[in-house]
Amino acid sequence: MTETRKIRVLIAKPGLDGHDRGAKVVARALRDAGFEVIYTGLRQTPEQIAETALQEDVDVVGLSILSGAHMRLFPEIMQLLKEREMADVLVIAGGIIPEDDFEPLKKLGIKEIFGPGTPTGEIVDFIRKHTK
Amino acid sequence: MGTKEKQSVSQTKRDWENNTLKETLDKSPERRERFITTSSRPIARIYTPIDIADFNYEEHLGFPGQYPYTRGVYPTMYRGRLWTMRMFSGFGTAEQTNTRFRYLLEQGQTGLSVAFHLPTIQGYDSDDPMSKGEIGVCGVAVDSLADMEILFSHIPLNKVTTSMTINAPAAVLLCFYIAAAEKQGVSSTQIGGTIQNDILKEYQAQKTWIFPPDPSMRIITDILQFCTKKVPRWNTISISGYHIREAGATAVQEVAFTLANGLAYVQAGVDAGLKVDDFAPRLSFFFDSHLDLFEEIAKFRVARRVWAREIQDRFKAKNPRSYLLRFHTQTAGVSLTAQQPENNIVRTTIEALAAILGGTQSLHTNSMDEAWALPTEKAATIALRTQQILAHESGVANTIDPLGGSYFIEALTNEMEEETYRYFDRIEKLGGVVEAIKKGFFQREISDSAFRFQREIEEKERIIVGVNEYVTDDQLEIPVLKIDPEVERTQLARLQKTRKTRNNQKVDQLLGQLQRAAEGTDNLLPHILAAVREYATVGEICNALRDVYGEYQEPIIF
Repeated sequence: MTETRKIRVLIAKPGLDGHDRGAKVVARALRDAGFEVIYTGLRQTPEQIAETALQEDVDVVGLSILSGAHMRLFPEIMQLLKEREMADVLVIAGGIIPEDDFEPLKKLGIKEIFGPGTPTGEIVDFIRKHTK
Repeated sequence: MGTKEKQSVSQTKRDWENNTLKETLDKSPERRERFITTSSRPIARIYTPIDIADFNYEEHLGFPGQYPYTRGVYPTMYRGRLWTMRMFSGFGTAEQTNTRFRYLLEQGQTGLSVAFHLPTIQGYDSDDPMSKGEIGVCGVAVDSLADMEILFSHIPLNKVTTSMTINAPAAVLLCFYIAAAEKQGVSSTQIGGTIQNDILKEYQAQKTWIFPPDPSMRIITDILQFCTKKVPRWNTISISGYHIREAGATAVQEVAFTLANGLAYVQAGVDAGLKVDDFAPRLSFFFDSHLDLFEEIAKFRVARRVWAREIQDRFKAKNPRSYLLRFHTQTAGVSLTAQQPENNIVRTTIEALAAILGGTQSLHTNSMDEAWALPTEKAATIALRTQQILAHESGVANTIDPLGGSYFIEALTNEMEEETYRYFDRIEKLGGVVEAIKKGFFQREISDSAFRFQREIEEKERIIVGVNEYVTDDQLEIPVLKIDPEVERTQLARLQKTRKTRNNQKVDQLLGQLQRAAEGTDNLLPHILAAVREYATVGEICNALRDVYGEYQEPIIF
């Protein structure tokens, strides 16, 4: 019998806004679901997020942003993850993100965008399904 | 109520429960085991005189404009003058927001309310690497006096009042405003307005702090002292429950934490040598109005009563104006749903109604599209019209505190007041507000409430229309506001020009003097104002202070 490693999730807050209600609710729900959760705290630069993801050896990165800067910051984060050979990490996002932006963000490799009102169970299921 | 009457009502109630009610419940039970408010407060089937048995009209309510102000802060309330319809706005460049302001003033609005973009709020210039992607997005970009002059161009600052949502760099933005007024030939004694300047709730909820709590409190007392002498018509702190509630707090947590913060500011002012009656009348409040109509109304009444009592008893204030809890209200952004956004018009209407029945002095109503982006002009107009319909068509402004005397409202008011005092005791035991922040008390309380709320939705103990019930697959059909990328280029060009054309040697010298004041005990405001007049930027001033005070690191709690 082999001991299975817990799925490791980084909940990250890029952007200058201080709205952490959603990020914290999701972090707690994922922890309760049995994942190992690391929360970065507020106002993390793309470099800090990619570096933490690498250092913590995470399987999943969840980006929460409500400032409107996602179209500038998300591509950078994806690029920096790629440079750190973390292109296989599952990246998901949430916050205030207009629907028109969903498609270009998904093209960048962001697997899913969970808007306001998403049940946390849906995020748990999605992560289980998309990680080994 | 006399003992005899009380016994009689209790007896009648028992008879009703054992007979009339029981018969019905036996045939058809109630819809739920327990009925709860937005704040998860259990609500009884019915309220009667028994629930307010110790009720004393004169002691608990009195008359509007009289202690303890439960029914309202002014004797005629909306019969004299309607609440101020003050819509918060700001986006893009100073030119764009100036155009919007002038349009609003032409429509008869007398007060402005500025939303700054996040770099200004965090004390960064637009060309700081931290500002990437944020320029003009969540509000208007303001780096220096140059932007402020444009923002208020052709707007007479001796005639309008301006509310500025700014906290950590509040002293800087106040100085920008004073300097912009000076350019119009208006002196600081003539201007009127509000800075939010409520740093305690930043650590608790809104999270846009810069410096650690102790130096932040020193900056606030510097502002209180400076304004008392030089800007007497300015509301120095808008003590805010809004962000505490939006972060997940219950109604009682909102009112208790906000009043505790307010009392901490008054104590800090008194400790700094000010007389309570010299500055307490310039403190104002800002609350959230959520969907649970009666709980919200009770909350506003509790806030007024507790504030008046504490200012009188604790601080021995003599001027009745010191007792008045005057407040602005914003409807609950967090109650807006991204799904079926038109339904948000109805939610906002209920919340605005609660604020009016609760006696607010001014009101901002959210737009239906704000779960997606900043509002479009059409959505913002509907939100303003909502207030106008309530004011002129609904009849709710005809009489003062129309729900006063309701068994339910009075019982709820008393219950929430008791719970507020229980929180005061807990905060006191932790060593006061600042110590409780350092221990993560508020952050934990708020995050627990937020999580419970989410659980209740997921377990369907709470129904949110369009989210966990009455769900449709319809695509979103409302337009969403987009910020032109040109904004960033314009702003960066202006900032560059400002840095080129000003006297940089003088700016450096003044920033050095500011740092020495920050290391010592000199009031910082005259130093900030001197630097601002020479076009020092918000980022430069905040960085000078960061060098002295450092930045706050929050304990990670989830």
